[in-house]
Amino acid sequence: MNIFVCIKQVPDTETKVTPNGDGSYIETSSIKWIMNPYDEFAVEQALLTKAANSGSTVTVVRVGGVKDTEALRTALAMGADEAILVESGDNLDSYMTAKALKGAIEKSGKTPDVIFTGKQAIDDDCLQVPQLLAQMLGLPSVSVVVECAEDGGKFTLKREVEGGALEVYEVNSPAVIACNKGLNTPRYASLPGIMKAKRKPLAQHSLADVGVADSDARVKYSNFQLPPEKPAGKKFDAMDEANQASVVAEVVKLLREEAKVI
Amino acid sequence: MAKVLVFAEANGDTVKSVTFEILGKLAGHDVDVAVVGDMGGNAVADLAKFGAANVHNLKGDNLDKYSPEGYANALKDFIGSNYDYVFAGATSLAKDLMPRLSGMFDAGMASEVTNFAFDGDNFAGTRPLFAGKVLAKVELQGPKPHFVTVRPNALGLPENPTAGAGASNDVAASAGEIRAAIKEIIKGASEKLDLTEANIIVSGGRAMKSAENFKVLEELAEVLGATVGASRAAVDSGYAPHAMQVGQTGKTVSPSLYIACGISGAIQHLAGMRTSKVIVAINTDPDAPIFTKADYGIVGDLFTIVPILKEEISKILS
Amino acid sequence: MINFELSTEQKEIYEMAMKFAKNEMMPKAMEYDEKAQMPMEILQKAWELGLVNTCIPAVYGGAGFSTQDAMIITEALAYGCLGMNTAIMANDLALLPIVIGGSDEQKKRFLTPFTESYKIAAFCLTEPGNGSDAAGIKTTIKEDGDHYIVNGNKMWITNAGYADLFVVYGTNDPSQKHKGITAIVIDGKTEGIELGEKENKMGHRCSDTRAVTFNNVRVPKENILGGVGEGWKIAMKTLNHSRPMVASSAVGGAQCAMDHAVKYAGERIQFGVPLAKHQAIQMMIADMGIEIEAARLLVQKAAWYLDQGKPNPEVSSYSKAKAADMFMDVASDAVQIFGGYGYSKEYPVEKLMRDAKLIQIYEGTSQIQRLVIAKEIFSRS
Repeated sequence: MNIFVCIKQVPDTETKVTPNGDGSYIETSSIKWIMNPYDEFAVEQALLTKAANSGSTVTVVRVGGVKDTEALRTALAMGADEAILVESGDNLDSYMTAKALKGAIEKSGKTPDVIFTGKQAIDDDCLQVPQLLAQMLGLPSVSVVVECAEDGGKFTLKREVEGGALEVYEVNSPAVIACNKGLNTPRYASLPGIMKAKRKPLAQHSLADVGVADSDARVKYSNFQLPPEKPAGKKFDAMDEANQASVVAEVVKLLREEAKVI
Repeated sequence: MAKVLVFAEANGDTVKSVTFEILGKLAGHDVDVAVVGDMGGNAVADLAKFGAANVHNLKGDNLDKYSPEGYANALKDFIGSNYDYVFAGATSLAKDLMPRLSGMFDAGMASEVTNFAFDGDNFAGTRPLFAGKVLAKVELQGPKPHFVTVRPNALGLPENPTAGAGASNDVAASAGEIRAAIKEIIKGASEKLDLTEANIIVSGGRAMKSAENFKVLEELAEVLGATVGASRAAVDSGYAPHAMQVGQTGKTVSPSLYIACGISGAIQHLAGMRTSKVIVAINTDPDAPIFTKADYGIVGDLFTIVPILKEEISKILS
Repeated sequence: MINFELSTEQKEIYEMAMKFAKNEMMPKAMEYDEKAQMPMEILQKAWELGLVNTCIPAVYGGAGFSTQDAMIITEALAYGCLGMNTAIMANDLALLPIVIGGSDEQKKRFLTPFTESYKIAAFCLTEPGNGSDAAGIKTTIKEDGDHYIVNGNKMWITNAGYADLFVVYGTNDPSQKHKGITAIVIDGKTEGIELGEKENKMGHRCSDTRAVTFNNVRVPKENILGGVGEGWKIAMKTLNHSRPMVASSAVGGAQCAMDHAVKYAGERIQFGVPLAKHQAIQMMIADMGIEIEAARLLVQKAAWYLDQGKPNPEVSSYSKAKAADMFMDVASDAVQIFGGYGYSKEYPVEKLMRDAKLIQIYEGTSQIQRLVIAKEIFSRS
């Protein structure tokens, strides 16, 4: 099987995010970058699929800045076979990203049997790329997948929807599968894996190489700002048993009359 | 004036309330609604009440239940070049469907906006990025129609909605080739609204101390019609499943009321719930960071406060 | 040339080890501390990822880490839990004498099995009556045909309850002091090894520490490391490696304490502003930063000497003394910044302070380090 995984490098979840000087994006100079957490499930699922289908290869593709290629190297150290990097700026929109991924996959010369992605990137939180990529490649897709079984190129997938309900899909290879937390437990890159990763192939392309032009931009962001701080709330001390009932009654009254939420 | 289509999901007579929020915000525009599959007459009436001019009901083989390709094919044909903008609530279904549909038009899409406005025919939205740590203005360019999904509960329901004509129109639609189809739906353990859609959320943190203790929160949630959530610390400790996690690596929520019980308010958690309209925090530590975000803070032990809260609220609501 | 930048692989090794420390060790650290139980599952997982036995050379199945690499891994693991790290580090302490003093055949026989499955080793030097005065060893190693007979008591032996292999220091003639000391490898299943109760310790509680008694334990002669009477030299060379390693664990623990303190100082409001805005707190945090980095540099320098093949006992002792005392101070200040919460088990800094104390005691107390250092200094004057 030709297994592809699309990953993104995003700021660490614990990183403090602040708008940059002109509000055109965030301040990226002191950010610690990690592999998008949902993409780790995609890499793991790709490796599991590879293990179940001898002779398979896992190619990991990333579109993004080149300051740090940590995420790709991590995927290789986890066990992916080769990597493709498409160089771009930090804040590419979903349409351009999907188009670049499509171009990179096609340029690899391998016809994908399955493409795994995370269900969303935790930076722009758009949840568009997997479905867009599938549409561009003319493939079916299933998103927010929490269970994945494969047998002879046929995938049975459980997609999580509202209320914890699961939609069970059956889809034949090739397909795009967007992975959610809970699908598997991503392995660590082992230390021997890290040593081996440096010898694995890493192809590098520009956006133009994969057929993406400035005119492909669809979404324009501006005016990045911190969310407004809420004014200080009201705080009541109810450690003392004597005033617990009255404090709670007061808060309930406020919720009903001042905040009007119950 | 821009021609706007709102994609709505109807379950019999019930339309998801985010649709009404969008219709309310679009008051003054010429707005059609499209529903795929069966819908009840009351749904049409409700949509009209909130401003729908025409309610198009797309019907055809294999459109009685959702499939990303079937719905996208049907809507693509229907939309054609008739609309400038297509809106939808950012529900599980629409988040899956809309990107594929926008791709069919090579068009741009703004995901999960929390507010928007039109300047003439031009859309400009506000949306949170980085799990709500920053906000940005989002605009769309390139081929039309432009697509927008709106986060549930962000706009709020209009107080005095402007009614529309609400003309009902059946459209014969074709699902085309469907390769990824739903074979079965497994009901979730909870019949409650998903966290991302819930209007009220009661969440527990590490201080819950055990999975069993979440019962206290469930009882309160029962009275409020709320959904129960959990902090990452509670999930990591095995007190709650990941599906219940609110925070940067869990769900980002913006209910109208968020009650945080025994949650200290790690940055990770705040990122997931800071856009809640009203936040109530219950914690024994008066300096817990959650209190800096809370509209109403109660310094006290959740195990004594929550039951009193439940009693007090059921008194008021009965 | 001086270069303070870690290589790309070293950065990745650190990131990976830190991820393991944060995701696997930290969440369970308090639980195993309270239960005072070896976290076998976590240790097994660490071994599978290549984080254990970093001292084994590549030719015997190891990953071929430099000493510098080993320090980086130790710092990260100690960040996760000092007790778990002690269980991991004690393997290196026990295997190093084999790496240093063993023959090729012995290395194959003893080291390679540790690369094939997770095995546990224990280093037995200290005795009930001899701690810092290691040359006063009473345990005897007496010749008996093609075997040696080992008799004696060992104290504070890390990993003893689980050990597949013991490296034991004994003497064939106590009157010869250090010249009579011999190192011998003993299979954990050998008859006559008697384990004491697990010690109930202040810190590093999950690690297994016991007294071990050797009652007429028969050991094949081919298990002697480097020959009879070579034990002291092997032990001293081992310490050149193990002291910076312990120092590195102190750096990891201190970094963890500092990170907790910085985070808390940013969140906790007093007098209307976060603690971080109060200068008294800023001074403490700044000092933590200075001291941790100073200790880390000493660890790196000691490791650099080892990687150059010219171990420097003085600098090894510098790093151990500095890092241990630094960790104690940083942990104590971290508790201070947390105030009452710091003293409670609700927050992790209380455990770090308990854990810090041991670093000033084991692998040569802070006072012994200074004796070693002073001896080196005066030997030059």
